[in-house]
Amino acid sequence: MNRIKELEKKLNPVAAWPEFKAGDTISVSYKIKEGNKERIQVFAGTVIQRRGTGSTETFTVRKISGGVGVERIFPFASPFIDSIKVTKHGRVRRARIYYLRNLTGKASRIQERKRFGIVQETSAAEN
Amino acid sequence: MPGIIGKKIGMTSVYSAAGKNIPCTVIEAGPCVVTQVRTTEKDGYSAVQLAFGEKKEKNTSRPLLGHFKKAGTTPKRFIVEFKEFSGDVKAGDTITIGDVFVEGDNVDVIGTSKGKGFQGVVKRHGFAGVGESTHGQHNRMRAPGSLGASSDPSRVFPGMRMAGRDGGERRTVQNLSIVKILPEENIVLVKGAIPGHNGSTVYIVK
Repeated sequence: MNRIKELEKKLNPVAAWPEFKAGDTISVSYKIKEGNKERIQVFAGTVIQRRGTGSTETFTVRKISGGVGVERIFPFASPFIDSIKVTKHGRVRRARIYYLRNLTGKASRIQERKRFGIVQETSAAEN
Repeated sequence: MPGIIGKKIGMTSVYSAAGKNIPCTVIEAGPCVVTQVRTTEKDGYSAVQLAFGEKKEKNTSRPLLGHFKKAGTTPKRFIVEFKEFSGDVKAGDTITIGDVFVEGDNVDVIGTSKGKGFQGVVKRHGFAGVGESTHGQHNRMRAPGSLGASSDPSRVFPGMRMAGRDGGERRTVQNLSIVKILPEENIVLVKGAIPGHNGSTVYIVK
């Protein structure tokens, strides 16, 4: 297992993205290829979970779009992530906040964690 | 077919140049030592015998010890012959992964599948089972059903698929492409899954 983790570091280096965990609100700038053109799409929402370790680690972002809940899973090592911006640190009691799926409107608000007030941003260019 | 002996390390995924996430199996392949070269004149067929993995001298039989000594190498755990080896090789040569394959090659991987123990027909042969838990069924949801006709032939035909030991057999997975080769670490990444548990011995052939 250690052998795999060592190799992953070499084969798929993960860029240094800002710290965030479940409950935080982030916006992910994602590069999208359409034919030869490349454009950037922003997916902003609440982090539901972080899953896995090393280069296979992923995170799930949930947002409400047009009254419908939309979730998207991003791999940390994905070459298509342009930047991640943490807009709010939320105070939640668990690492995977699936209960958010059953809540809407006012009930689905997450209290802000005041400890870190700084907004962090890291883009692919800096890494 | 030219090939090499290796050890399955485990699975991971890497990103291709196009940004696609490719599931890969990591194999530590070689370096192997040529212990004997079979020739058509002498042996009736042409092949190269490769050996891989260290073994203690005290655990090696005398005849094998002599065989390794003749090739000028230490005792090895696994010996396999590969046919149609290209290039000029002689006993005592070291074969590394880069000598046999390049990135992008399509290879077959041979290994021993994971042993599953005594399994029923649903897992072992892919039978569908009964499919209903009501309508008169209560204890036969994964039963094999009929084994054949009654008084004629009055017997079960040989080869009827039944429950029994599953897995732990030699299996070949064909046409896996080589995603990456790390020659200095003797590591090769093939696309997809291969038989066996991590740490098991596999043969990679062209």
